[in-house]
Amino acid sequence: MTSPMGVNIEPPLALLAELTHRCPLRCPYCSNPLELSRASVELDTETWRRVFGEAAALGVLQVHFSGGEPLVRRDLVDLVADASKVGLYVNLITSGIRLDAERLARLVEGGLEHVQLSLQDSDPVFGDRIAGFAGAQQAKREVAALVCAAGLPLTVNAVVHRQNLRHLENIIDLAVTLGADRLEVAHVQYYGWALANRAALLPSREQLDTATATVEAARDRLAGRLVIDYVVPDYYAHRPKACMGGWGRRFLNITPAGKVLPCHAAETLPGLGFPTVAEASLAEIWYHSPVFARFRGTAWMAEPCRSCERREIDWGGCRCQAFALTGDAARTDPACALSPDHGLLAAARHSAKEAAPDFVHRRHPAVPQRPSERVS
Amino acid sequence: MNAPRINGDAVLRFAPHARFRFDEVRQAWIVLAPERLLLPDEHAVEILRLIDGARDVDVIIDELAGRFEAPRDVIAGDVLPMLQDLVDKKVLRQ
Repeated sequence: MTSPMGVNIEPPLALLAELTHRCPLRCPYCSNPLELSRASVELDTETWRRVFGEAAALGVLQVHFSGGEPLVRRDLVDLVADASKVGLYVNLITSGIRLDAERLARLVEGGLEHVQLSLQDSDPVFGDRIAGFAGAQQAKREVAALVCAAGLPLTVNAVVHRQNLRHLENIIDLAVTLGADRLEVAHVQYYGWALANRAALLPSREQLDTATATVEAARDRLAGRLVIDYVVPDYYAHRPKACMGGWGRRFLNITPAGKVLPCHAAETLPGLGFPTVAEASLAEIWYHSPVFARFRGTAWMAEPCRSCERREIDWGGCRCQAFALTGDAARTDPACALSPDHGLLAAARHSAKEAAPDFVHRRHPAVPQRPSERVS
Repeated sequence: MNAPRINGDAVLRFAPHARFRFDEVRQAWIVLAPERLLLPDEHAVEILRLIDGARDVDVIIDELAGRFEAPRDVIAGDVLPMLQDLVDKKVLRQ
């Protein structure tokens, strides 16, 4: 389909379904917005079922159940079955906390195809400290074993940063021990809560280079056993990442309350009234919503993007990062060396050479914190 | 490197959680796998449609060489790297 602007609009490939913002963990790099949706405003089972049908008809092929922690939704088994029934390939992105064999069996029966399990560290004490949850690490070991026993492929997602990069070798070994088919070594992306903790989490150049070499050696050593995907932090990049493969090109994100976004951080951008699944169908939103058109394609770009030969490779980088660092969502992502704002990243990198301050755990205002969950 | 290297007598099939199917919306063949989505071009589709857990790679190459009336080593030069890549990505297995 072609929009009035002459942009050729392909159907979206994947839907990130954020079922809830509730989560037992309090990771300091939480990518959810500072302002979390409460349980009382979450979409109900019926609405999600309709949305999955609309997504499949629109051309969505994969759905990633995410959050928060999707397992806190009591209707998760029904939601997985509903999504699978309409032909979506269902992936569960989870901390693993409170997943037992019986529930996993029902999820598999419902059509779950794959589990992505988060891992905070290789060391149980340090892992629990990052997660802000006593016993998290042990729970993850048990869940990994359950997933493998159920015959599902397992991806371990290890978020790495300045405080755990020295354990990277052990993290990779642990992923193998856990039976993972894939490991994502993902450097923290600095949005939301993570941006507030940037000084505590951003690695130094030296740490980053060591990590990159460690990953490359492990890829070679483990080829055929473990696939390792590696996400380099923007702050040390020369060119920006093609965020979401371009605004409104590949992905849809639906928040717990039903807002439809081009990426999960897009609500940080001011002045964009995002539509909800209650107001319009996904197809109407994808093809006709002004906010999806706002940064789609290349017509919105200013220099240096506008005339750049990489404009349809990088798509201008990340709008949320451009806004968070420059105050203007339409500027070139400062991660690009061609950006006039690239110096902003140099300042952050420079401070990564100094002693790291303590990080601040994610706070969940709606959830009273139990003393047993406090770890320091 | 300890990746399984495939050769002519390898018999390949799709991994249990890889789906190779026709997408009605795009009118195109797709491969779905854990956090991977492949949109194979028409040559790749021709190759993948011959992956059935029974034919070995040599038979597949012979069949494609016959069908496209192309030299066998040219076809093999396309087919082997593509299949190896999919084995490495755990989309196909022996």
